[in-house]
Amino acid sequence: MISISNLSYYYDRKLILKNINLQIPKGVVTALIGANGAGKSTLLSLIARLISCQQGRITVDDLEVGSCPTSELATRLSILPQVPEVTTRLSVAELVAFGRYPYNRGRKSPEDETIIANAVELFELQDVRRRSLDTLSGGQRQRALLAMIFAQDTDYLLLDEPLNNLDIAGSRKLMTLVRTLAAEHGKTIVIVLHDINYACAYADWIVTMVDGETGPIGEPNKLVTRELIENVFNTDADVHSVGGRPLVAV
Amino acid sequence: MRVRTLVTLAVLLLVSVTTYMTVGARGNWEFLLSFRGTKLAAIVLIAISVSTSTVLFQTVARNRILTPSIMGFDALYVLMFTLGVFFMGAHSFLTIAPVTQYFVSLLLMVGVALALFGTLLLQAREDIMRMMLTGVILAAFFRSLTSLITRIIDPNEFGYIQVASFARFNQIDADLLSISAVLCGVCLLIAWRIRHRLDVLALGREAAINLGENPRRGVIEVLILVAVLVSVSTAFVGPIAFLGLLVVSIAHRVWPTASHGVLLPVAAAVSIITLVGGQAILERVLHSAVPLIVIVDFLGGILFLYLILMRSHR
Repeated sequence: MISISNLSYYYDRKLILKNINLQIPKGVVTALIGANGAGKSTLLSLIARLISCQQGRITVDDLEVGSCPTSELATRLSILPQVPEVTTRLSVAELVAFGRYPYNRGRKSPEDETIIANAVELFELQDVRRRSLDTLSGGQRQRALLAMIFAQDTDYLLLDEPLNNLDIAGSRKLMTLVRTLAAEHGKTIVIVLHDINYACAYADWIVTMVDGETGPIGEPNKLVTRELIENVFNTDADVHSVGGRPLVAV
Repeated sequence: MRVRTLVTLAVLLLVSVTTYMTVGARGNWEFLLSFRGTKLAAIVLIAISVSTSTVLFQTVARNRILTPSIMGFDALYVLMFTLGVFFMGAHSFLTIAPVTQYFVSLLLMVGVALALFGTLLLQAREDIMRMMLTGVILAAFFRSLTSLITRIIDPNEFGYIQVASFARFNQIDADLLSISAVLCGVCLLIAWRIRHRLDVLALGREAAINLGENPRRGVIEVLILVAVLVSVSTAFVGPIAFLGLLVVSIAHRVWPTASHGVLLPVAAAVSIITLVGGQAILERVLHSAVPLIVIVDFLGGILFLYLILMRSHR
């Protein structure tokens, strides 16, 4: 379980996160949703120690973020940043192999090779495994990055807007893979999503954020209503129920 | 293809070293081998220092245009050296043991490099233009400061500084060679040992943190290595502006890879071939008086302009 207590964050003297208290349950897909600038990415970056904590406490199981060895945390929690700045000359196989770095420090064992091969297969990258990243489509690149953190074999995976620049086919494919990770591999996934419909369709649990604070939290079909959309996104959109789950008319 | 590249590099390396050692040799072989051998050892040492420091710097700066020389590292070394002569006087600076002399400049160099380039790299490395401008300005600043001091200094002492401020491959100080070899050897060994960490640092700040590396510590460690390696090569032959850029670009071209375990030795090999081979051709075949470094810097300068104008790859 990731637990966050009394977390506040300032940037340029502006309060970005206001006293957040949140428990993220294990083994499920949790979607973080909210308007632009609500602090979703900041929260994710703080959990993943990409930016350092100013006030409050974040723990991942028994490890406290910021005080535990960063190399140990790398075997428990991984993050796919919003705009990964990965060098494009790497081949897919080379990139995925980096996922094993926290365990092997660059010296690959036969076991690592198996894990890497499995990750490549799970994310359907066999055909492009020798291609360099800059020759791939957006969807393939995103899958390659996800395959890398899958090879990292952490209990927790944080994904910061992984659907950016993906078309509907790419997005659905990626979200289906995310569900597989939770359902079949027991991973805990925290994912920042822009499109609330993807959250309703693929997440077990939704955490809303409004102006740096956490808003209502719950299961999609109980949580998402017209009022919620009004409060969180400040827009009036109809919410229908289709096949037992909410669908926001855009 | 990899095998062919490897064989080509090995053959070129062998040819340039044998040419340098044997062509035009007359007289006492024992003397000749030790005389040329010392020079060869020095040139090889410099070649590896320059290529390694450039690779290391480019990894933490995350681009392939900037090099320690372009950022003003060697101008900084000359300045530190000049300040040493200025404050202690050439006489006392020269009479203290070369080891001490060396270490004084070196320590100053590491400290200032960390303070200046450390801050710059940790703050602005996503902004290549800002880095490049700062580097150019710093280099110009170090040079002007050096020339200001040389203007107010005693002319005899000036002569001593002048020797340190120009690139030269023909007068190699044998005393310096052993200290430098040890220092360089240690740095190169460390660089080799952290090659996998370098691979991870090259992925970028966020990816490195995700994999459990501390990029801040990485940048600082790498800068210390770069400062020592640049000091060693500058102490020997003076500033060489574009050699690093030239040889590392060639290395990337002949063997494209993201692995430092491959890049470091390939860049070193290219660097040795360029310096030893170039020196052999100039000295022994063409009997030319043109210093090699003029040619290397000319080619490197053209490459630098080309890379800036193209800017297609980082």
